[in-house]
Amino acid sequence: MIARIRMLGLLAATLSLAACSPAPVESRGITLKGSDTMVILGQRWAEQYMNQNPGQVIQVTGGGSGTGIAALINGTTDICQSSRPMKPDEKLKLRDRYQSTGIEIPVAKDGLSVYLNEGNPVKELSIEQLKAIYTGKVTNWKQVGGKDATIILYGRENSSGTYGFFKDNVLDGQDFAASCQTLPGTAAVVNAVAKDANGIGYGGAAYTKGVRDCAVKKNAGAPAVMPGAATVKDGSYPLSRFLFFYLRRKPEGDTKKFVDWVLSPAGQQLAVQVGYFPLH
Amino acid sequence: MPPLQPALNTLAHRRSRRVREAFIAGLLRACAFSAVAGLLLIMVFVFKEALPIFTNAATQKEANFAGFFSATAWQPVSDHPRYALAPLLSGTLKVVLVAMLFATPIAVLAALFASEFAPSRLREVIKPAIEILAGVPSVVLGFFALMVLATWLQGVTHAPMRLSALNAGLALGIGVIPTIFTVCEDALRSVPKSYREASLALGASPWQTAWSVTLPAASAGVGAGVLLGLARATGETMIVLMASGNAAIHSASVLDSARTLSACIAAELAEVVVGSPHYSVLFFLGAVLFTITFLINVAAGFFVDRLRRQLAGA
Repeated sequence: MIARIRMLGLLAATLSLAACSPAPVESRGITLKGSDTMVILGQRWAEQYMNQNPGQVIQVTGGGSGTGIAALINGTTDICQSSRPMKPDEKLKLRDRYQSTGIEIPVAKDGLSVYLNEGNPVKELSIEQLKAIYTGKVTNWKQVGGKDATIILYGRENSSGTYGFFKDNVLDGQDFAASCQTLPGTAAVVNAVAKDANGIGYGGAAYTKGVRDCAVKKNAGAPAVMPGAATVKDGSYPLSRFLFFYLRRKPEGDTKKFVDWVLSPAGQQLAVQVGYFPLH
Repeated sequence: MPPLQPALNTLAHRRSRRVREAFIAGLLRACAFSAVAGLLLIMVFVFKEALPIFTNAATQKEANFAGFFSATAWQPVSDHPRYALAPLLSGTLKVVLVAMLFATPIAVLAALFASEFAPSRLREVIKPAIEILAGVPSVVLGFFALMVLATWLQGVTHAPMRLSALNAGLALGIGVIPTIFTVCEDALRSVPKSYREASLALGASPWQTAWSVTLPAASAGVGAGVLLGLARATGETMIVLMASGNAAIHSASVLDSARTLSACIAAELAEVVVGSPHYSVLFFLGAVLFTITFLINVAAGFFVDRLRRQLAGA
């Protein structure tokens, strides 16, 4: 009996130890969290900035735009990297806690590419056609000027900001076809399309390798535009978007210095090297 | 029994020894119970997070138990979210079925060979080799299926989709072979030698002995091995996430892409809003998965018990 009580005490001690979560550590550096698309970009910025400013510590983690915004609201990150604008309900949550709807800073532009297999004779698609393909109304390449073969759809998981961007801007908020295969990460999508003669996929322009970009037309009559620095910057490429930093309040001190550097020519030049497009 | 050394018999020594023994026993007990406590806590957590589907009116408006069966599609991120279980259940079933149909014959026959036919030298090679296979990280198997197996399979089947339930099932099968093999081999080896000798003495060939005497005698253990493999296949996530294409298609064809319960949770839980209906539904899937694997494990335990009693009675 005594042994049992003692054992229970030990068990309780173990449990209570496990139950108290680690206290939030006062970080002396700057933390960036959010969009998986922006992780590489954020890391390059952080590396170069830390090289030029010894003593500064910047930590970059991914998890997705939504995760980053949640972390911003919960106060566990200083800067949120997001590949989509904040939603109204997220702004409300932020205002409830911090009496501010947050600071939105566009830091780069991104063109979402539509990938086709290199052997696919189709060269251009309109937004309308893309919508029909991804909602499952068009299922054969010959319906959009290709050969007679079933279209194989690849996309991202519904937890990804890229998924949200494509759904909002191409599908007009409609649902993806059930046959759309979802893969973890843009690199996996690129790889799948590279190996699949009848595949189509979408993702950040930064990752394009081994597949061909499809020219996109705003509507059936508009000119077909390839994603590129000039067309994304001037907005003539229909599938372009801003990438954002979100902060709880106006940046000060070290954070301000870092944000200013990101927006400086040096920071923007780095964005171009990673495969994104500068703001100006 | 030789007399104890007189020094050990002193009162103080006996007492310190008793204290030490009690301490060690207590420590071991705490370790054992912390594992049980962990299991219970996980169970409580998973089921608690799924509970709003049954109790919370706001959650029920979007996701409720009847809707799991009446909905026609799995579209959790949508203007009209729909949570149909059918495509996920059929996807899981297809992938697991392929894996088991592929792995069971290979693993059982390999175990039969290793325990009944292989010279001991060869067995010393085969056994560790298959057990090393168990140590191959599932992400490596998944990557292999994604890059190599899928291309090869498409060349053979000419299916429109590269990634399919068949592709994921075969990779998963490779992953569960060691589980089935190890348990089966142990069960076969624990069949008393007298069984084989009796059979051979009656004029049966070695193959007849292995197939009609040894294997049936170990059938409970073989059953347990297959069930443990089944439990592992049902819960395995990474291989399926990478190799199946994850499209929630409700169909009977193994050449279609498939979305399994485990892969669905892994893919979607990352960014779901905590406390939202979608979050509760994912935990409900977790509870379903937990219940399935738990029942399979209980059944496997039942088989192991039967084998033990059978052999003890022999």
